[in-house]
Order: sequence, then C-alpha cells, then structure tokens
Amino acid sequence: MQHAHPAAHAPEHETTTGLDHRKLLMWAFLGSDCLLFGALISTYMIYRGRSLAGPFPNGPEGVFDIPFTSVSAFVLLMSSLTMVLALAASQRGHIRGMRVWLIATALLGTVFLGGQFFEFTAFVAEGLTPATNVFGTSFFTLTGFHGAHVTLGVIILLSLVVVSLRGGLPKEESLTVEIAGLYWHFVDIVWIVIFTLVYLIPAPLPPHAG
Amino acid sequence: MATITGSMVGVLRRPTSHYGVWSWMTTVDHKRIGVLYGVTSFIFFLIGGVEALVLRLQLAFPDGKVVDPEVFNQLFTMHATTMVFLVIMPLSAAFFNFLIPLQIGARDVAFPRLNAFSYWVFVAGGVFINSSFLFGGAPNAGWFGYANLTSRAFNAGSGVDFWALGLLGLGTASLAASFNFIVTILNMRAPGMTMMRMPLFTWMTLVVAFLLIFAMPIIAVALIQLELDRSPLATNFFNPANGGDPILWQHLFWLFGHPEVYILILPAMGIVSEVLPTFARKPLFGYPAVVFAGVFIGFMGWGVWAHHMFTVGLGPVANSVFAVTTMFIAVPTGIKIFNWIATLWGGSLKFTTAMLFSIGFISMFIIGGLSGLTHASPPTDYQQQDTYYIVAHFHYVLFGGSILALFSGFYFWWPKGTGKLLDEGLGKLNFWLMIIGMNLTFGPMHILGLNGMPRRIYTYPSGMGWEFWNLIETAGSLVIALSVLVFIINVVRTSRNGKEAGPDPWDGRTLEWSIPSPPPEYNFATVPVVQGRDAFWIEKYGLHGGEGAHHAAPPSHTAGSGNGDGHAIHMPQGSYLPMVTAFGQTLMLAGVIFGYWLSGVGLVIMLGGVYAWCSEPVSD
Repeated sequence: MQHAHPAAHAPEHETTTGLDHRKLLMWAFLGSDCLLFGALISTYMIYRGRSLAGPFPNGPEGVFDIPFTSVSAFVLLMSSLTMVLALAASQRGHIRGMRVWLIATALLGTVFLGGQFFEFTAFVAEGLTPATNVFGTSFFTLTGFHGAHVTLGVIILLSLVVVSLRGGLPKEESLTVEIAGLYWHFVDIVWIVIFTLVYLIPAPLPPHAG
Repeated sequence: MATITGSMVGVLRRPTSHYGVWSWMTTVDHKRIGVLYGVTSFIFFLIGGVEALVLRLQLAFPDGKVVDPEVFNQLFTMHATTMVFLVIMPLSAAFFNFLIPLQIGARDVAFPRLNAFSYWVFVAGGVFINSSFLFGGAPNAGWFGYANLTSRAFNAGSGVDFWALGLLGLGTASLAASFNFIVTILNMRAPGMTMMRMPLFTWMTLVVAFLLIFAMPIIAVALIQLELDRSPLATNFFNPANGGDPILWQHLFWLFGHPEVYILILPAMGIVSEVLPTFARKPLFGYPAVVFAGVFIGFMGWGVWAHHMFTVGLGPVANSVFAVTTMFIAVPTGIKIFNWIATLWGGSLKFTTAMLFSIGFISMFIIGGLSGLTHASPPTDYQQQDTYYIVAHFHYVLFGGSILALFSGFYFWWPKGTGKLLDEGLGKLNFWLMIIGMNLTFGPMHILGLNGMPRRIYTYPSGMGWEFWNLIETAGSLVIALSVLVFIINVVRTSRNGKEAGPDPWDGRTLEWSIPSPPPEYNFATVPVVQGRDAFWIEKYGLHGGEGAHHAAPPSHTAGSGNGDGHAIHMPQGSYLPMVTAFGQTLMLAGVIFGYWLSGVGLVIMLGGVYAWCSEPVSD
C-alpha cells in the first residue's frame, strides 16, 4: 500500500474543495473587501456628530435628500435582479438574453453613479466639501469608495458583453458571469449597509450646533 | 493547472526561453519566484542592516556626531520599514512560494501569473520607498507614522508620501500572494492530503494568508486617509483643528499592526516546526495542539491591538480588557513552545546548523515573549513605553524569533533549492556569531530601557550611566554584521564547490524531499498519494513501523520513475504581463508625488496589462 501511486490520478481541473479556483479567490477577495469597507464605515461612525461646523447630514442644516437617495438605492438593488437574470440566461445557453441583462445591469449601475454624481454636486453647492468638516471628510471618502467599486463593476460587466460579442462566454463558461455576479451583489449589499447607517439613522447634532 | 482563460488563441508572442535574464523576469514558476523573493529581500536585509549599523555607530558614544538628527530620524524609520515590509514579510513569502506546492504535492500554485505580479509589485514598492533618499529625504516619522507627525503642517517633505504610497503598493503584493496561497492550499492538495495531514509550515502559511487579507485593507484605509489629508482635497481625518482625531490613526494602524506581528512570527514558527522533528527524528509532538494554537493566535491577534496604546489614556476599562486579552494570547504561544521542547525530548538529536538556529529561535523567542508579557500589564507598561526596553523586546521576537528561524530555513531548504549543501562548519560559525552578537546588541537594551533611555533619541549626554552598555551594543551589532558576512561567504563558496545534496539529505519527513534537488519545473512526475502526516516518512518507513520496519522504498516521485519523465506535463508559460501591470500600478502611485499626469499614464499601462492578461492564454 506504500506503493499505491495509481497511474490514473485525478484530472487536473478537479480541485480539493470542488470549488473552482477563481470562485474561491473571489470569495477570499470579498472577505478582504469587507474589512476595507469596515474600516471606512467605522471611521464614518466614529466621526458622526463630531463636526465642528456645518453643513450637517440632517437637522436644520441637513444636506441629505432621503427620497432622492432612496430612489437611487432602489435602482442599484434592482440591478441585482438583472444580474441574476443574466446568470440564469448564461447557464441556459441563452446568449442574447445574457447580453441584454448584462447591459441592463451595467445601465442601472450607471444610473446609480449618475445619482451619486448629482448628489455630490448638490452637496458641494450647499457648501459641503471633503475639507469642510469631518462629516464631509468621512462621507465623501466612504461613498466615493463605494462609487469606485460600482464603476469597476460596470467596467467588468461591459467587458463581459464585449467578450461575448467576440464569441467568448459560451454556456460552459457561465462561471465567469457567476463570479462577476458575486462581486456585483457584494457591492449592492455594502450599499444597503451604507444607506442604513449613513442616511436612514439620523446622526446626533453636535451640542453647540443649532 | 488553473485555466485563467478558456481561450487558446495566442495574443502576444510569449517568452519561451528557460535560461537567461528574461526567463527569470517573465517566470511564473513558483520555485523561481521564491528564489527571486529570497534574493531581493536579502538585498533589502543588507540595506536595512547597514542603516542599523549607522544608527548604532551614532549611539556608540555620548554626543555622537556621525549623523544629524534629521538623518537619524530617516534612518530609524527606514530601518524598521525595511526590516518589516521588505525583509521579514517577503523572506517568509520566499519560503511560501518555494515550498507550499512542494509540501502539498502540487505542480504549481493556483494563479502562477498572479504570483509573478505579487513579486514585481513588491520589488517596485521596495525600490520606490528607498528612492525617497534621492528625492529630498526619506520618511522620518517612525515605522508607525503617528498622526500628526505625518501631517502636511509638520512634515512638508515628500518622505511621508513615499512611505504611505509605497506601503499601499506593497500591500497589493501581500494581498495578491495571500489570495493565491489560500486558494492553492485549500484547493490543490494531493489526494489524501487532508487538512490535518498538512505540514505545519503549510498550516502556518494558511493562517498568515488569512491574517494578511483581513489586515491589509485596514492599513490601506489608514494610509489612504493620510494621503487624502495631505492631498489638495485637504480632508480632516487626523486634523484636530477641524474635528479630526489623531487617535483614529493609532487604532487603525495597530488594528493592522498587531495581526502584522503574527504575520511576521507565524511563518517562523512553521519553519521551526519542520526543522525540529526532522533532526529529532520524531514526529512533531502534539501536532493538533500546535495547529490549533496557530489558528487560535490568528483569531486572538485581532483582540489585543490597544496594548500598543496603554499610555494614550483610553481609560481603565479598555486598558484592563486589553491587558487580559494580551496575557491570554501568551497561552497558545506557550503551548507551541512546550510542544517543540517535547518534540526534542527523547529524540535522537542531530545538531546541524538548521537545528541550532531552530533551538536558538526557541530560546530567544522565550526571552522576547517573557519581556512582552511584562508590558502586558498597563502599570509596568507606563514605565516601559517608548524606552529601549520596548526596543529590546521586539528585537528579541523579530530578530531572535523571525530572523533566526528564517536562517534555520535557509540552511534546511538550501539543498532543496540549489542541489548543494551549505557548509556546516561555516554555518555553525554563522550561528554562534549571530546568537552572541544579537544578545550583545539587544540584551543590554533591557537595562538601558529600565534606566530610562528613551527610544528614537539621536544622541545622549555623558553622565547618564548609559555609555558602557551603548558601546557594548554597538560592538554586538558589528558581530551580527560579521555573522551575516560569514553566511554570504558560505553561500559563495558552496555555490562553487559545495557538496551535492541529493534529493533527501536530512532524511526528511515531508513531500518536498521526495523529489530531486533542485526540483524539476513540474515538481512531481507522478502526483503523490498521501497516507498520513509526514507523508514522505511514511512512504519510506511505513505507517506504523520505525526504520526498516517496512520497505525502504526509493523516492518515488522523482523524474524517470513511475509513469512519466515529465515531458508530457503541461506547465504554464512565462508572461511579461505581470511585470507590466505591476509597473503601471507603481507609476500610478508615484504620480501622487510627481504629478497626476503620471498616475494617468500608470493607470493606462495597468489597465492595458490587466486586459492583455485576461485575454492571454495560460500557455500557447
């Protein structure tokens, strides 16, 4: 039994856990990215209510427009639905459907980014910049990093569409779409956390302000 | 092998040569990348060592005039930054790269090109940080760069920017390597290699990789916040005048920094856990206990960071909690030490150089661990904070711990990597000089620290009672330098006329000893089937018996035996793209200092590299 070296060892694409290498890598990356957002969100929470001067998130000098941001949050959440539909189409070998849903997902993501751009411009017009106070500092950094993640996601989705148009991404490679989807859903989930903690729960006003 | 793209269409002309400089620069072979990591970080070891020698010469006598205070600040900052990020971490990575696939019976890592990318980002980051000496001064705010020492108002030069951006780049290297090793270890084990049969070094690599992927984003956020504060955006993260809190930096830094301590020591513990059983000719005592102690350290390492901040004034509750967790984390380390000693107990010990370094590790690490326990208690820490006592402590764990273990690893695996044995006579000289030198250098720091000598002072007046021990320390540092010189002589001499090692010079226990030295490109002609822990030992001597109880089987995974001579094995081809991508990323970071146009150029190069990479087949 010491010499048991079967000539027919496992085929090379089989893995110890049964998970594809790339999928495992994506899960590890998302775990790591949790800590990135964890540190950014913690910074925001620590600085809540500690700005020395306005504008503040809410209250009389508040800049947040909750209905507007709720709509853009809804748009981003809907993009998770279209992402699921893209993967389903890919797994069924429905290539055109996959392209349509991938483009739809990228489009919804772009609409969200447009909303964020509008929001940033509006805040700056109301006198809130990253330099104004610690609210501006931590708000723009946190949501900016989330926006950068969405942007990267849009680029990945559109790249998949291009690959597919050039004859790539057949049914057998739907795993690639699945992995891109993991990333996309993660970015959506992070937005749910940010939207709740930053927008929906009102920050206490500093004692001397208003 | 991992197929990164399914397409088999050649896009770029691929490097095909197996010899010459280009074959090394485009290599994706984990063993070659391991060698590159080792050589590069050894060069940084020499640079960081010279910096330390200058510091010691300045402090040898009272009122030293070797360097001025500003240069002194730059030197101690760069000494620490270099030794932590450019020496111990990448030297550990050299061992990860070279050994992990060999120890788990794999032909390569999961993502060979990602591995090459990680190396090139590391090289570029190291050169980038050190280039600050040429561009108006190196970083000078200490290796933990406390706010506000780093703010634009108090530190106008670009040294801090080099430091922050360089560390961001190096963080990418660590992340890429860690993702790779997590996937490789979880996903590419040979048949029969269950988790609890993995060699200890592989286990510790896995724990370190997880620590890295969770710790690196935290320091990345802190460094980005620092750079945003210093940028034209002028954010207020660490600016108290506008509501910012410098203590936030300390929390973020040490929330990364304490896991980092275990990132530095766990690979060393893995190396020692391989060397001791081999030369005691016994299995590692309490294997599961050592594994779980390592995993437990990986979890507990996240709950002790504020012991670096006892004197900040977090209050008695926070200080007490962190004092308790800090004392508690000594327990798993103690478990490991007792298991190592029990491994030696009753073994037929062979005192090779590798064994001596490992035993040296245990002894010195115990000293460092015990002095660490003394400042786990806030009242005593109040006395020791910012004195040379702290410097003594972390040099006993980082030099006496990590560096001694890494040298043990050099002597142990050198024959596997080169096919030649290092000279044992010179090796023992190397060991004794190093251990005497380090005790002369770092031992008296305990006394000086308790006598009140602060760390980071560039000189001291005479009459403080510090002259004698400072002079001894400087003499000791020269002995360490001599020991490193002996090592270099050993390497040069044995590379010319060293003894042939053969596949298994130490009667090894793990799979890397079952293949030729140096291993062929494909590692294993036949993928091994693992019967238990110490897989190769079982293969040689049987599952239950001692020596000779069963067949003394010849090494069976060597080329030429079994069913393959390796010609049919398909290995991934070299690639330029990891280097191109790493270059682009570094330009992007450098642009923050030299002008944003350069960042733009870097971004274009990096994106181009990534796209070409994604469409490049693993091999033509």
